[in-house]
Amino acid sequence: MADLAVRSASKEASPTWLERVSDAFWRRPGLLLAVLLAPPLLWLGVVYLGSLFALLAHSFFSIDEFSGVIVYEFTLSTYAELFAPAHIDIIVRTVTMAICVTIAAAIIAFPIAYYAARYAKGRWKALFYLGVMLPLWSSYLVKVYSWKLILAREGILNWLFETLHLTWLLEAYLAIPLIGGNSLSVSSTGTFLVFVYVWLPFMILPIQAALERVPVTMLEASSDLGAAPAQTLRHVLLPLALPGIVAGSIFTFSLTLGDYIIPQIVGSSRRFIGQAVYAYQGTAGNIPLAAAFAVIPIIIMAIYLWLAKRKGAFDAL
Amino acid sequence: MTEAVRFKGVSRHFGEVRAVDAVDMVVGEGEFFAMLGPSGSGKTTCLRLIAGFERPTAGQIDIFGESSANVPPYKRHVNTVFQDYALFPHLNVLDNVAYGLMIAGMGKRERHHLAEEALELVALPGYGSRKPSALSGGQRQRVALARALVNKPKVLLLDEPLGALDLKLREQMQEELKALQRQLGITFVFVTHDQGEALSMGDRVAVFNEGRIAQVGPPEEIYFRPQVPFVAEFVGSSNLFDPALMERLSGIAEYATVRPEAVRVHPNGSTQGHPAKVTSTSFLGTSSRVVMNLDGTRLTALLPKGADIPEPGATVIATWEAADLHIMNGAVVGAAGEAHNG
Repeated sequence: MADLAVRSASKEASPTWLERVSDAFWRRPGLLLAVLLAPPLLWLGVVYLGSLFALLAHSFFSIDEFSGVIVYEFTLSTYAELFAPAHIDIIVRTVTMAICVTIAAAIIAFPIAYYAARYAKGRWKALFYLGVMLPLWSSYLVKVYSWKLILAREGILNWLFETLHLTWLLEAYLAIPLIGGNSLSVSSTGTFLVFVYVWLPFMILPIQAALERVPVTMLEASSDLGAAPAQTLRHVLLPLALPGIVAGSIFTFSLTLGDYIIPQIVGSSRRFIGQAVYAYQGTAGNIPLAAAFAVIPIIIMAIYLWLAKRKGAFDAL
Repeated sequence: MTEAVRFKGVSRHFGEVRAVDAVDMVVGEGEFFAMLGPSGSGKTTCLRLIAGFERPTAGQIDIFGESSANVPPYKRHVNTVFQDYALFPHLNVLDNVAYGLMIAGMGKRERHHLAEEALELVALPGYGSRKPSALSGGQRQRVALARALVNKPKVLLLDEPLGALDLKLREQMQEELKALQRQLGITFVFVTHDQGEALSMGDRVAVFNEGRIAQVGPPEEIYFRPQVPFVAEFVGSSNLFDPALMERLSGIAEYATVRPEAVRVHPNGSTQGHPAKVTSTSFLGTSSRVVMNLDGTRLTALLPKGADIPEPGATVIATWEAADLHIMNGAVVGAAGEAHNG
């Protein structure tokens, strides 16, 4: 008792600096919030948004044709350059690829996510998470190069077609212009396959999270009111999973729009936006044009999110 | 009376668990049928079997004389009011109510008109444009009811629909539901664990225990003439005497019950009867409850206002009219005892 009294007395007499800090935080909760938020806000505000702003600013400058020096004067001529047929070609190709990848990823991801949300329990659920996340643990480059080997003319896929005596089918497919090529690893189809594989986890996880929030009774109620399974899917399950699908598609869409490594390793030599940005800011030293290119995915994503919001994709959030 | 639903030896087992075990029952058309029992007694599973969300492991369920064995839920003329209401959060109230009609292919104007009528029926006119999340629990319950009724089901299934409401609202909804059922003439199958609710609303009550029906009959019969100890214990606070005690009291080795309001308490030595020791007393307003120890068995008496209330610890003489002592049928007691152990 005496010991306790002495200790509490000393506590009141001279609080340690840690106690003083704790007390100050207790008296002013806003202070703690400020201390916690300051580093991430500095990072986001200054480092990230600052450099993004610098990039955007550069897109309104131009480059001197002869000296290659940036002219720091406001102009829209760099944006006008974007409308050159070759550049429009790059933009259309990239956006088309992003749309195809997003749709394919959504179609593949939905049943997997549905299984995980509705049926997988205990060990199977752990296995699901492991299966979805495991590819994210290995290096992105290793995965892309593995796919190059899989898709190559000497690769396992060709071997499989040969074993099944279906080489003619593959050849016929590769003969189709735009999506075909010399072999799968140098075709747009190859690029598409690798994109879908690499971004798939980013689609599965948000859809699974959305589906997990749909109570089973919701599906039973739909069935009870006369809806066949396909009608329940269309009128209840898809609308309720839509926020997840949109969240996933934001990942797959924007990641595809910005990627410059996959189309460089697997695919035809036709360029994507990411590669254009990379080439113009690097070897060509045309930072204004690179910046203007970089603005395109931002605008596309802004339009996409606006449309999604208008369609009510976030209403169920 | 036409049969709305008939269970023929229906079982639903989940692995080792016998949720529903060889149940036979008949629900008549236009009847308000209450299924009463503690949680896990199989009453909700029976409801889900009628709706088609579960399929029987054995036996057969006929709905209006036709086997439902291969009929999926969306082809049954049966609608359910779910315990959690299960309103669709992405649709407004009107579209929620009109959902079944929309699925059936009815045009927008017509189905919205019918949905509005159904909302009037449940006293929620003009609420159509709201989202379910903007409604109170009682209002959601009414929307769920309207959503089921608008399809004109042959049988309406209600899964503890009043469980989430507060007492006052629950009492009000009990009366409204009962009135609605009389007005519409639809067969209601109602699941509840609240004996007061089952007795006050049901035309007939089936008391479930461990996957079986312990007793089925009109509320008065369930209340005053329980056939098995479980029913006596579960329905209301009846005094239950086991055969050993009954042998000592009256020489009949059977289970028996006596209602607390039938028990009289007299001062020690004043009359012939059963000596008991008072353990506690409590004042309940219109009556007083006296709990006694009768030869090791708990005996409760409800004394009317103005009666003399003995002190706790006092020894008193408890009496009841011979007619108030309800002796249970021996054969049924044996069967229920087995169910208890299994």
